[in-house]
Amino acid sequence: MEGTLGAPTILFAAIFTNNILLTNFLGMCSFLAISREIKSSIGLGMAVTFVMTCTAALNYLVHYYLLVPLDLVHFRYIVFIVVIAAFVQLVEMLIERFSPLLYVVLGVFLPLITVNCAILGVVLFMIIRNYSFLQSVAYGLGGGLGWTLAIVALSGIRQRLAQAPIPQPLQGAGMTLIIAGLMALSFMGFSGMIQMQ
Amino acid sequence: MAKAKAAQIFIKGFWEENPVSRQILGICSALAVTNLMTNTLIMGVSLIFVTAMSNVTVSALRNVTPARIRMMVQVLIIACYVIVVDIVLKAYLPDISRALGPYVGLIITNCIIMGRCEGFARGNPVWPSLVDGIACGAGYAAVLLLVAFIRELLGFGSLFGVPVLPADWTRWTIMVMAPGAFFVLGAIIWLVSNLGPKPKKA
Repeated sequence: MEGTLGAPTILFAAIFTNNILLTNFLGMCSFLAISREIKSSIGLGMAVTFVMTCTAALNYLVHYYLLVPLDLVHFRYIVFIVVIAAFVQLVEMLIERFSPLLYVVLGVFLPLITVNCAILGVVLFMIIRNYSFLQSVAYGLGGGLGWTLAIVALSGIRQRLAQAPIPQPLQGAGMTLIIAGLMALSFMGFSGMIQMQ
Repeated sequence: MAKAKAAQIFIKGFWEENPVSRQILGICSALAVTNLMTNTLIMGVSLIFVTAMSNVTVSALRNVTPARIRMMVQVLIIACYVIVVDIVLKAYLPDISRALGPYVGLIITNCIIMGRCEGFARGNPVWPSLVDGIACGAGYAAVLLLVAFIRELLGFGSLFGVPVLPADWTRWTIMVMAPGAFFVLGAIIWLVSNLGPKPKKA
């Protein structure tokens, strides 16, 4: 059924109506850990978006041109995680070599990304929903942008909250989850614009 | 190994260092699968299995794994057990496997398992690692079941799919949707950090 959705629609849906963080809960760990400052949130968001788009494309090719013909679909989890880890490593080495400036911005976040569930989650969703190549890339890009949007917005709120009188036991994760809940609530306003499972 | 020691490790993993409510690990799946208790139970059991077995394997191989590539080795060990779980679920519980969707595969990136392998199994013998794995898995499952209990009861008026509240119960639809998950887990973390020893600043 998703075959009918065009790539731009999927891009839009992945950012707003089906935000991978606020509706699918992917990438919560780094979401909670990093989202203290806007600056580092933007850096992480950019790194995630980039890696997500590229690994969605790469894993699409690996899955349909390597695993399916060879009948190795059961091993896809191992293959996907290795592809992601290898890609992250490669990018890290490349930008360290060619763009020291970019390395300063993104470098520290790259190792974190290998274990970011959002990256693997996007790949798994793409397989389960039978996306075409273009749709997968759009989903990866949209997913990354949506994730960035959510984490930047959250870190903005958390910076403000640093001065707020929050009850001591609620500080930290408890409060962050409740804010995330409120954000998810407001993102529900977008739902209904596009029907996606 | 003395029994008391095992009990101590268990309590530590289950309550004092409960992965979800104290260390705030593995939140992704904690939120995603908790709208129905049946799904949550299966997820919890799968996670106990994967945590325990990968802890055992990492611990057994701890003296022959080169330190530099240990992360990669751990991820591969975890992935192997997740594949086992995935195949078993697909074969025996196809409906639940479909409902859990990608979240079974996402056990691989669940930070709890990596955390235990790295933090405990790497430096401890096989038996304590097994206990530790089971304890952390069980602690995770317990918090998830609690979240699912609240969400399914208020959202569907049922438990494990069996209706328990009267038929004219107004369903709190918000509970089975995304925001409900955030609110319930946030409240539980609040409660737990109020009860027990103060958690270290995350």
